[in-house]
Amino acid sequence: MSYDSFKGDLRDLYQELILDHNQNPHNFREIEGANHKSEGFNPLCGDRMTAYINIDADVIEDISFLGTGCAISKASASIMTTILKGKTVKEAREIFKKFHRMVTTGDADIQDLGKLAALAGVHKFPARVKCATLAWHTVKNSLDGISVVATTE
Amino acid sequence: MTLAVARMPAVSRGGNNIRLLDTDTIRKDFPLLSRKVRGKPLTYLDNAATSQKPQAVINKITEFYQQYNANVHRAIYAIGEQATLEYESAREKVARFINAWDTNSVVFTKGTTESINLVAYSWGRHNLGPGDEILITEMEHHSNIIPWQLAARATGATLRYIPIRQNGTLTLDDPGEYFTDKTKLVALIHQSNVFGTINPVREIARLAKDVNALVLVDAAQSVPHSPVDVRALGCDFLAFSGHKMLGPSGVGVLCARPELLAAMEPFMGGGEMINSVTMEESTWNEPPWKFEAGTPNIAQAIGLGAAIDYLETISIDAIEEHERALTQYALDTLSAIPEVTIYGSEVNRGGLVSFNVENVHPHDLAQILDQKGIAIRAGHHCAQPIMQKLDVPATARASFYLYNTPAEIDVLCDGIMESINFLT
Repeated sequence: MSYDSFKGDLRDLYQELILDHNQNPHNFREIEGANHKSEGFNPLCGDRMTAYINIDADVIEDISFLGTGCAISKASASIMTTILKGKTVKEAREIFKKFHRMVTTGDADIQDLGKLAALAGVHKFPARVKCATLAWHTVKNSLDGISVVATTE
Repeated sequence: MTLAVARMPAVSRGGNNIRLLDTDTIRKDFPLLSRKVRGKPLTYLDNAATSQKPQAVINKITEFYQQYNANVHRAIYAIGEQATLEYESAREKVARFINAWDTNSVVFTKGTTESINLVAYSWGRHNLGPGDEILITEMEHHSNIIPWQLAARATGATLRYIPIRQNGTLTLDDPGEYFTDKTKLVALIHQSNVFGTINPVREIARLAKDVNALVLVDAAQSVPHSPVDVRALGCDFLAFSGHKMLGPSGVGVLCARPELLAAMEPFMGGGEMINSVTMEESTWNEPPWKFEAGTPNIAQAIGLGAAIDYLETISIDAIEEHERALTQYALDTLSAIPEVTIYGSEVNRGGLVSFNVENVHPHDLAQILDQKGIAIRAGHHCAQPIMQKLDVPATARASFYLYNTPAEIDVLCDGIMESINFLT
């Protein structure tokens, strides 16, 4: 594929919603005494993230994150926390699958994904997929009961 | 090939008459530089990662494959002899370019990383043991850290680090603390790929010699940009890559003192590196071929020879001066943007600038600049310990070469301003 055919537009990637969440991330805090906590690391860019989750009777009661990252990874984490709060663990796993398909292939059921659809443009920028999925990999480790640092590699 | 020896006067700063190269002419030699990216002229500012190639190098590689593609050192026919002649002539050009001890002190590898690993295995595994110390610095590229971590683990030796200051310079206030009877090897980067710092290699080599330690210099960022005389540096091993100095990827150099190469064990075993082989045992070829097992990177080495011819046509001294002027211009213009933090020392630095923009992650910056056809590096630059020292996850980096212009730095600064407006 010639890279000239690569038509990704900056506004496809950086939608207003993403810029808003980057500047004012939601749930950007620590949950003291959270019953799940996991760390994520993107070796490509050095970004680190810690996710805090309280799960009660298989429902995500509260979820938050802290860390450093680019606009895409920060906005993705922020939107993720707003979406996953109140969902069951099973529902969270389903959403991650759909989200992952959306950012890697562009194939998405917008209605199912709600605000996450703002990240659909990521699939046109293959180098940024890892930014968009760092928070999700980190949370998935928590759900899987894995305590190692999640990486995007 | 277009001759680009004409030089034109440029900006005059602080009473110094700094001269830039004739980039209009030079750029015509580099076909890739005339392409458009995302509909914009390409502004290539990632030369510390890899350099673009002049037509003369591309032609030389094509000439090899079209006219005398054959294996070296074994063919009893005309094109094989020509291939061998061209391959060994490239070795002579490298030796002359860095003032090597002799032609046979130049070993072709696939790059700086392999050159350093070669020393870590062939010398390190046989000469290090418990109680011995390998001394490197906190500003090394991963390629000059990991081979020594592995060697230390394999031999029981200890790996120590000369600390750096926040501005990316070495702290050598108390050399006796680091250079001791236990020190067996000192390995350091000549020019930092993050800070641009040019390290005082001669001084460090003297300190190393005082305690009878060998010295390895990672010259990946210095040989392409400034005159390097391996013997004047006082080191024992010098490693660099072809692709950062206008040559093709897949070829690099280890230059080492002949007596060390003679004493060292082979790195890899195979064809070419042997003298005689029986089913029980074998004897080794002479250096450098002892370290070039298998069919070597013939086309790449010949291409590197052509790259050196090109650099010498322009003059490596003039290239150094050009980059110094560009770097000063970049430091001046970037520091005029209040949101920009520049890393590194103000003095003794080569042609690159690492920086961060307040509230703009380097990845986002690189992405937005890319839309304007500007290529810079964003990341940890294979130097994670430095990022930990600076307490940043990553930096942006613009790095220059003989074909870059002050106008391109203006394009970069405009792009940074637009990125700030876009994201904050």
